[in-house]
Amino acid sequence: MYDFAYHKPSSVADAVAARSGAEDGTFVAGGMTLVPTLKQRLAQPSDLVDLGGIGELHGITVSGDTVTIGAMTTHGAVAKSAEVQSAIPALAALAGGIGDPQVRNRGTIGGSVANNDPAADYPAACMALGATIKTDKREVPADEFFTGLFETALDEGEMIVSVSFPKPEKAAYQKFINPASRYALVGVFVAKTGGGVKVAVTGAGQDGVFRVPEMESALSSNLSADAIADVAVDADTLNSDIHASAEYRSHLITVMAKRAVAALS
Amino acid sequence: MPEGGTGIGAAVKRVEDKRFLTGRGNYTDDINRPNQTYAYILRSSHAHATLNSVDTGAATSAPGVLAVFTGADMETGGLPCGWQVHSKDGSPMHEPPHPPLAKGKVRHVGDPVAVVIAETYAQAKDAAELIAVDYGELPAVVHMNDALAGKSLVHDEIGTNLCYDWEIGDEAQIDEAFAKAHHVTEIDIVNNRLIPNAMEPRAAVGEYDRSTDEYTLFTTSQNPHVIRLLMGAFVLSIPEHKLRVVAPDVGGGFGSKIYHYAEEAIVTWAAPRVGRPIKWTCDRSDAFISDAHGRDHISKAKMAMDSEGKFLALKVETKANMGAYLSTFAPCVPTYLYATLLAGVYSTPLIYCNVKAIFTNTVPVDAYRGAGRPEATYLLERLVAKCAREMGMSQTDIRRANFIPADAFPYQTPVALQYDSGNYTATLDKAESVHDVAGFEARRKESEARGKRRGIGYSTYLEACGIAPSAVVGSLGARAGLYESAEVRVHPTGSVTVFTGSHSHGQGHETTFAQLVCERLGLPMSNIEISHGDTNKVQFGMGTYGSRSLAVGGEAIMKAMDKVVNKAKKIAAHILEASESDIEFKDGTFTVAGTDRSMAFGEVALAAYVPHNFPHDELEPGLDEKAFYDPLNFTFPGGCHICEVEVDPDTGVVSVQRMTAVDDVGRVINPMIVEGQIHGGLAQGIGQALLEGCVYDADGQLVTGSYMDYCMPRADNFPSFSAGTEITLCAHNSLGVKGCGEVGAIGSPPAVINAVVDALWDLGVHDMPMPASPQTVWKALKAASPAVAAE
Repeated sequence: MYDFAYHKPSSVADAVAARSGAEDGTFVAGGMTLVPTLKQRLAQPSDLVDLGGIGELHGITVSGDTVTIGAMTTHGAVAKSAEVQSAIPALAALAGGIGDPQVRNRGTIGGSVANNDPAADYPAACMALGATIKTDKREVPADEFFTGLFETALDEGEMIVSVSFPKPEKAAYQKFINPASRYALVGVFVAKTGGGVKVAVTGAGQDGVFRVPEMESALSSNLSADAIADVAVDADTLNSDIHASAEYRSHLITVMAKRAVAALS
Repeated sequence: MPEGGTGIGAAVKRVEDKRFLTGRGNYTDDINRPNQTYAYILRSSHAHATLNSVDTGAATSAPGVLAVFTGADMETGGLPCGWQVHSKDGSPMHEPPHPPLAKGKVRHVGDPVAVVIAETYAQAKDAAELIAVDYGELPAVVHMNDALAGKSLVHDEIGTNLCYDWEIGDEAQIDEAFAKAHHVTEIDIVNNRLIPNAMEPRAAVGEYDRSTDEYTLFTTSQNPHVIRLLMGAFVLSIPEHKLRVVAPDVGGGFGSKIYHYAEEAIVTWAAPRVGRPIKWTCDRSDAFISDAHGRDHISKAKMAMDSEGKFLALKVETKANMGAYLSTFAPCVPTYLYATLLAGVYSTPLIYCNVKAIFTNTVPVDAYRGAGRPEATYLLERLVAKCAREMGMSQTDIRRANFIPADAFPYQTPVALQYDSGNYTATLDKAESVHDVAGFEARRKESEARGKRRGIGYSTYLEACGIAPSAVVGSLGARAGLYESAEVRVHPTGSVTVFTGSHSHGQGHETTFAQLVCERLGLPMSNIEISHGDTNKVQFGMGTYGSRSLAVGGEAIMKAMDKVVNKAKKIAAHILEASESDIEFKDGTFTVAGTDRSMAFGEVALAAYVPHNFPHDELEPGLDEKAFYDPLNFTFPGGCHICEVEVDPDTGVVSVQRMTAVDDVGRVINPMIVEGQIHGGLAQGIGQALLEGCVYDADGQLVTGSYMDYCMPRADNFPSFSAGTEITLCAHNSLGVKGCGEVGAIGSPPAVINAVVDALWDLGVHDMPMPASPQTVWKALKAASPAVAAE
């Protein structure tokens, strides 16, 4: 990796200041994407602002019908959290299925959401559950947050503080893994809330995570796997690579969505 | 040896594991020499291009840089090839030059272009970014058919991409047999290209001592003496007595660390020029584009049968990818280690095989765990499975009808090899019983009730290892003999150091070989040291590959121990004042037959080194014996692998439910180590069948260049294996051993794919390429039965 200046602030304000003071700085949360990128010399930031020392970014709180997870909370902590397991078991299960134990003990929800890798799991949960992403400046609904491949609504220098999930009535996530990387080749998160059913798909879209309105309306009137058996996402909007053609991904979306509906709890 | 002992047959825990499991192994990258520098190799980013210019000026003056060299600087020999194959017209194979640093042209992504040597690795890497290479891009040939069509020439000077066009057997005679056959079954087979991925990436440290003019190379090698010979004699012109090669602890090889690689020559050559030791360590990304790849065959095969399903003749045409250059063993893999195995366990009387070896703009391809035998086994066992379908016979009936009978050994095949022993019915019987084949139908119904398809697949295979009788391989084109050497040095107080020319890179030789010494000399394990991997310690060695260490290296140790015992008997006879012929040696004690007069092994050892009253004209002091063992024949492990899979027709996911391997590996020295070797082999075999596949794009860029896309097997890809043995003894070595290192990887892939095909047969899927990834299976299902896939 190339040389960079390293900062480890202890407050959000200091972190934002360090970042804005840098010529070409970047935040580093768990580093699960950034560090390998640096090691391969595919990125050359002038400054790295490590968020690991900011206490207020850690932790999980449940208040009423909302589960709020601090940006620096690891996947492992979410997976093991009794509160999350009780409030949104599908979210705990999703976190427990990210990467491997090493990744889960380093990787964070804030890092994953900010990075918006098209094959990451959390964006699907955020979209289907109707999460709110809280930054140092504002609150952004998930539907407006994920704007494209590795693109989000975050402004330059803006950082995620926490992600809040309203408790659904039922939810389930089904992931079909890329056999090599074990990222989501297709991941489908289905959530039923008072406001209806939402279906979000990760791993497959050319622009990253997306919702499937046809499935949502079918499921809103009939919450069963059969209701969406004939609903397919247009392959022209999907990714194609050596592991899965767009056609195969389209097929898997329907299969995984059906399985998620069958697994709703 | 009593139960719980440490001799032959005991499941002794591996003595080497203490240091491996506590992180105290001494690997090449752990070695740091005083005043050491670091090398970074700049590699070609193009598959095929002319090197118009390589401007190293800015790199040379970058911070910390000591030297930058390119192919123009390195006036040495090229990397040699160890085997010569002749085409069917008698002409020798094309053997284009293979410079350690590319000259004039680069021929694959990863071809070394320049080396930067600096105070730190980071400085070397930084400086390499300053090297300006002017590439003149040329069209790349990636697919073998394009290469054969001459769409672009990998080596202009030879005027063709065809390295050789080899055959074995009589084609006219075969065609006659096919014309008379009752039925002919044909199959197209692709053996997918694999990337080895040993856990430890390659590394090399080169050092030069100006005061003695001696060179030392520490390297991740399976055969340090071979590297000394090839690099010293052919590349750098350094005589053996001035060149020491050390292969310390090595973390897995699987064949990929047999070969003499450019980086070894580069650091050794550059060390005197820089005047300091130089370390090069490969990172994983570079390993993908610089370690020799494996397999990569495209074949057509057909079997002629009579009305009873008896095999009459087999004809095979194979294209084998050599990559851009000939790696050390490459030419022999698709010929002498492949076509000679096409009889398998069957009494097929006529066999013909034509092999075209082809240059492409890809990483060189060479032996990888099994080397030729997996390719032969996969082709044959897929073909036999198809023969059974077409003849309306069961998978086992067709095999039993064609097995070489247990009383037919020695058995001469039509493809050069003579098998010494085996019992293929016995391994099949035992495998069927262990697997509970009888319960398959009930399991299949249970799967079906859950919407899954279940299938069972067989592979009754044979391989040739214990490589190799020098006379035989010499006649086949090996430029070296493939014996092994050993030295058994008995120390004055009776402990023993064994120096072996074999090399352990995970196999557990320090345990298995010590067990031989326990058994033969009656010593405790704690008195035995196994030493390997250093040309300054071991007299000579051909190294470890082709499951040869025990059958060849172990026999050399046995031979040296025989010499030790004979000498010790002379000493005991002298001291006990008896006739040498009356001395008996048993359980570590020399006894005068029929008396109670005896000496312990240690007492004789001490006498050997304190020879106060030796008759000098008859008895030399010391007890240190050397031996070379040249095997009389290959050894022929074989067996039966049965795989049971469940396929999810909705997604194409294949999951291995049961994997049974009953192998005849000859006598088992350490059953725990044998089982471990078979487990590892099965993991690689199932990996090839379901997960691993090297993909290049049309421009010769490696698409599967990291673990994000190259699917390495993980523990959860496998069920708990049922691995057992059902042995016959090797008839031509003293231990009766055959070899176990590769059987798992050789036997299993066709069992897996035959099982997948069996699971999907009724849905119209009658063929399945490797790796049978979810997408591949889903596409096959969709093509066979659109209604099923669209469900």
